[in-house]
Amino acid sequence: MPFLASAPALPSAMPSQPIDQFARELSPETRASVYQSTKTTHEKRTKLLFDQFADPNRLRTLAGEIKQHAIENLDTLLPQVEARLTGNGAKVHWASTAQGACEAVLRIMQARGATKLVKAKTMVSEEIELAHFLEGHGIEALETDLGEFIVQIDHDHPSHIVRPIIHKNRREIARSFEREGLGAYDDDPGTITRRARHYLRHKYLAADVGLTGANFVSAESGRIVLVTNEGNSRFCLAATKCHIALVGIEKIVPRDRDLAVLLNLLGRSGTAQELTVYTEFIGGPKSAAQPDGPEEMHVIFVDNGRTEVLASECREILRCIRCGACLNVCPVYRQASGHAYRSVYPGPVGAVLSPLLAGERFPQLADLPKASSLCGACNEVCPVNIPIPDLLLRLRQRAKEENVPSPGTPPMGAWALLASQPTAWRAALAGGRLMNHVPTKLIPVPALQAWAAQRELPAWRGGEFRKWLRQRRSR
Amino acid sequence: MLNSERSPITGKRVQLMATCLCDAFYDDVAAATVEVLEHLGVEVGFPESQTCCGQPAFNGGDWAASRKVVRHTVRTFAGDEPVVVPSGSCAAMLFHGAVLEFERERDLPEVEALGRRTWELADFIVNGLGVSSWEGRFEATVAFHRSCHSRGTASGEAALTLLRSVPGLRIVEFGEGEQCCGFGGTFSVSFPNISAAMGTLKLEHVRAALPDVFVSADMSCLMHLGGLAAREGKPIRIRHLAQVLRDALKGGIRE
Repeated sequence: MPFLASAPALPSAMPSQPIDQFARELSPETRASVYQSTKTTHEKRTKLLFDQFADPNRLRTLAGEIKQHAIENLDTLLPQVEARLTGNGAKVHWASTAQGACEAVLRIMQARGATKLVKAKTMVSEEIELAHFLEGHGIEALETDLGEFIVQIDHDHPSHIVRPIIHKNRREIARSFEREGLGAYDDDPGTITRRARHYLRHKYLAADVGLTGANFVSAESGRIVLVTNEGNSRFCLAATKCHIALVGIEKIVPRDRDLAVLLNLLGRSGTAQELTVYTEFIGGPKSAAQPDGPEEMHVIFVDNGRTEVLASECREILRCIRCGACLNVCPVYRQASGHAYRSVYPGPVGAVLSPLLAGERFPQLADLPKASSLCGACNEVCPVNIPIPDLLLRLRQRAKEENVPSPGTPPMGAWALLASQPTAWRAALAGGRLMNHVPTKLIPVPALQAWAAQRELPAWRGGEFRKWLRQRRSR
Repeated sequence: MLNSERSPITGKRVQLMATCLCDAFYDDVAAATVEVLEHLGVEVGFPESQTCCGQPAFNGGDWAASRKVVRHTVRTFAGDEPVVVPSGSCAAMLFHGAVLEFERERDLPEVEALGRRTWELADFIVNGLGVSSWEGRFEATVAFHRSCHSRGTASGEAALTLLRSVPGLRIVEFGEGEQCCGFGGTFSVSFPNISAAMGTLKLEHVRAALPDVFVSADMSCLMHLGGLAAREGKPIRIRHLAQVLRDALKGGIRE
């Protein structure tokens, strides 16, 4: 297969970062799936945006300003949205922690005597590990998004924000379906989809409660916006009597008209679609004005660390609309895949968001912001123009300040000393020549060894330019 | 990474920031930069106290160490003259990175002032001096790597403007040109496997385009890719933009 060669791997004893180790162990098959899929989506996304808009970058800037304005005004927008939602007939709940959000769902279920829940895809439910929690309380919580359904039957984790099973191929999925009694082995994607659909249809009818996330919530109207491609969120709400929407507090936008900008960018950036197949605007539960849908509606706003992110120097990350474009373009994500990031949110956005949401467990995920060559491609594609590289750098600095160990990162103290003393610097330039006469293998500098394991080092020519310039000047 | 707020250019004297990589490994690139600037009638000063822009520690998260080096750099490049640097990466460090790490420092204004008069070489020639064509001859097919630190700046387009104008020089496109080469400073040694895999992929794309010369405005990318290619036993001919421009004046490729 072209363009998938990997460089000779390092001996495992060489210290390198956890994500690098993970990438080293990744099966070529998985890497190929991730690479092909991300590359194709990224290229289509770029073509679509630049074919259809005179200046997509201005649109990205505008969308970023809208979201930045929203997150900086949550103190007024949140009460406003609560009043709107209540006025529309929904019940609003506030959860400051993951545990609190899970318990809120459980309370709603128990109050209705409900035992079966069908779920549409929502990242925040992954974040708070809702399905696991509910199952522990005897409640069936079934994923109805095809990718999430496969993740669930495999007891796996999503590896991409938009495409949870980007790391799997259809042969693996066919084997899982066979194991679960969903039909004899058949890896035809159409057959797989039909079988899942058949199985899920019955589950929708038997379920008590339908749970969705929200891509946006308008503070102006209280409308909840759901963006999907499979129609499963509609089914979740069509047959159930109760709708629970689980919403991160950063999903609020001030006005309905802001959605025009954001929806135009979300589909194009995430899946290279002008719009996703379904865009739902839910104004409240069943009423005279809205004759369809569940008779009861609950909206649970989840903080779970977001106000701390808002108070931090990385608050721009709360603009994120979960399109996954930064994952698709990221060369590190393409090599390492999503599971390398050990958290719900992978890729560049996850490398910023996950350590922040980890709160006191920051040191455990402090290596994620290092998994970047700081190439800036993520910022270039981000529909809300998040300066991801700057945020990665701020988090690297925080990790250093908190003395989190960082395998493979060269210490900078001696270098800074040399580089701020010109005499010492010039001496080092001259002294470095010794390297030309000693085999690299024998020089006990870990960074040099890590470099030289796969790349030649150019000849040391320290001070030669200065000498040349002096001679030129004296002529 | 915008560098739009820049001090206007007055006079034809600049200070050259040679970069630590050229100081240590690539003396001919720094020399070519001097020759190219002098060819344009620019008087080139070289502050002897210069060391490094401070980026390695900045990227590594050690901002205290980095600020020490940036402060030294600010002192070294005192004055009002433009600072020209044959690297998009070092230039971006000065007009963007340094400003970020000095946000809360009292000497932020001095750092910002240096950033405003720092120019990447191609950007300086095309947008600073207003020179958009190059003379001489360079008979070769060139693949140009738009290094990542020039994203959002005028440097990439400026370099291509100059290269396209060189008589005899043909530019070839290659696949996934917007993707990073995998160098990334300390990333190259703390993520050696991913870094090398990214570089190998880049090399495959570049080789598929069959260029005679692989050119960039950043030696760091070329050191990584050239080093990988050499280790594979399939070396590629790498050149800095400044070397191509200088060699064009002297009749073409020099070995």
